[in-house]
Amino acid sequence: MTTSLQKTPGGASTGEPLLSVRDLTVAFTRRGEPDSVAVDGVSFDVAPGQIVGLVGESGCGKSVTSMAITRLLPARGVRVTGSAMMDGVDLLTLPEAEMRERRGRDLSMVFQDPLSSLNPVIPVGLQVTEVLTRHRGMKKEAARAEAADLLDRVGIPDPRRRLDSYPHQLSGGMRQRALIAIALACRPRLLIADEPTTALDVTIQAQILELLKDMVRDTGAALVMITHDLGVVAGLCETVNVLYGGRIVERAQRHRLFATPRHPYTNGLLGSIPRLDSPAGEDLVAIPGSVADNLPWASACAFAPRCPRAVGVCRTTTPEAETSGGRLLRCHNPVPATAE
Amino acid sequence: MTTLLQRKRKRVDDLAGGRSLTQEALRRLRRDPVALTGAAIVGLFVLVAVFAPLIAPYEATQSFPQLQQDLRPGSIPGPQEGFLLGSDQLGRDFFSRLVLASQQTLLVGVLATLIGLVVGMVIGTLAGAFGGWVDTLLMRVTDVLLAIPSLLLAISVAALFASPSQTSVIIAVSIVGVPIFARLLRGSMLAQRDSDHVVAATALGVRRPAVVLRHMLPNAIGPVVVQATLTLATSILDAAALSFLGLGDADPGRAEWGLMLAQAQALLEVRPALALYPAAAIIVIALGFTLLGESLREALDPKGSR
Repeated sequence: MTTSLQKTPGGASTGEPLLSVRDLTVAFTRRGEPDSVAVDGVSFDVAPGQIVGLVGESGCGKSVTSMAITRLLPARGVRVTGSAMMDGVDLLTLPEAEMRERRGRDLSMVFQDPLSSLNPVIPVGLQVTEVLTRHRGMKKEAARAEAADLLDRVGIPDPRRRLDSYPHQLSGGMRQRALIAIALACRPRLLIADEPTTALDVTIQAQILELLKDMVRDTGAALVMITHDLGVVAGLCETVNVLYGGRIVERAQRHRLFATPRHPYTNGLLGSIPRLDSPAGEDLVAIPGSVADNLPWASACAFAPRCPRAVGVCRTTTPEAETSGGRLLRCHNPVPATAE
Repeated sequence: MTTLLQRKRKRVDDLAGGRSLTQEALRRLRRDPVALTGAAIVGLFVLVAVFAPLIAPYEATQSFPQLQQDLRPGSIPGPQEGFLLGSDQLGRDFFSRLVLASQQTLLVGVLATLIGLVVGMVIGTLAGAFGGWVDTLLMRVTDVLLAIPSLLLAISVAALFASPSQTSVIIAVSIVGVPIFARLLRGSMLAQRDSDHVVAATALGVRRPAVVLRHMLPNAIGPVVVQATLTLATSILDAAALSFLGLGDADPGRAEWGLMLAQAQALLEVRPALALYPAAAIIVIALGFTLLGESLREALDPKGSR
């Protein structure tokens, strides 16, 4: 534990970002067809120890963003441009061998489905020790002891026995705990969690989020939380990036975002959450339609067709990202700051 | 009363503890009459082959004057005291030859399948794990091999050898299996390549060879194991066919079912048993492996009824 704290650079105080993503664009290319752009010029920073949220509905490009940063997208048929600087090197142009060294050691991932993310034919313990021997050069026995310790720390009871369990012998929550233990085994400074609670039921979700929060605090890791669930964001993230159609449409501190959402999309998302204090029988506000497959950012706002506040200019001009007071907004006709 | 309760509790424990796929498959196999039949045939065959020298009363090449004196064109001595199935066309004990031949069949069948399995797995692993031009090249070669009918392929390969021998039969038969195993493994490796746990392992920086050998191969190998059981059947058939066609070991005195069948051809009217027994043996054993393989395939299919 102490080593992990030492490993964390004092960057937090200087404000130097740990990960700095600039103009990340991911396009899926197919011969004879126009490119399909999944992520379109996304930029954001993650400070050491910070928890940053990437929020949006299915297809908005949040998972593709994380896969692009970790270089897990297939090489063929995908074009990634922009940069993702970490420790002064661009992860996107790093040779594959060096990237393999960094994955799991400097940056790590937790995936959505804990069952399919674990190898079904290998005991859980081996999957933990595998990372330890790989990145920390531990011997077999030492790695096993450390693995038991890790499982214990993520709250898996009887960890020594669990080392020999196969993934299908664990419960869903237990599996996700094991995955978190594996991801944090080498004390990475950056953890990307891609919808880590989606496959779990609500009570387990809360436990896992609490665990993630504790673990990143203990190890000093920064966390990029990818989710479609604003409830998760509300309880966890300091800074929230709202994605729509592959672009960040709004970025703000958590409290400001929830208190005064400026982008109509964010506003709609918040409006669609059931509230305890709303009158009984009141309908939830839904955002009509769904994300279009093609990205009509070219000469319009992609959200305009579904936007209740759309005006003429939204359909003719692409809105530019404007930053004011630590808040980014990409909208021609934002919700007035005084709303709500 | 208590036993029922205990049994129920045991069942709940089983469910809670979870059973591995292998255990589940074994449980299903034990209840499947087809699998049991196949296993019984295969088990009996292996036992006979292993203990053949103890079961067979005489040597394969030993000829007996008391049989030879009754040998004349148009008459071969049948079953009699001391000779369970009578004589063959050269006055040797037919039963002993039939039993001892099972060793040849087992050896050739297993070795040919194993060699084909290993070579096919190497090709399939390389193609499935690396993709790209490696995949294209290897798969085009297997396409060519698959395009040739298996027996024709085995004959062609066997004919390449200057002098036919047991080794040439094994090699020829194993080459028939290679493209089947390679293609099958490549397919399931490809499916593994994009699976969540392989991406997850890659995201943890696990080295490429470890990802392929530890995370992809063990998950992809199931169908190949099933295929190996089925290929044992065809290997035995192909090996017998090669011997029948005179592409097997040149030694005419050797006890081997395919060869015995070929030699009995001219004597079908005199003593059909000489052809009947080896033919039946080949068919029954091929059937045994096929039944076992098919039910193994069904038992391992997670979509199968429980």
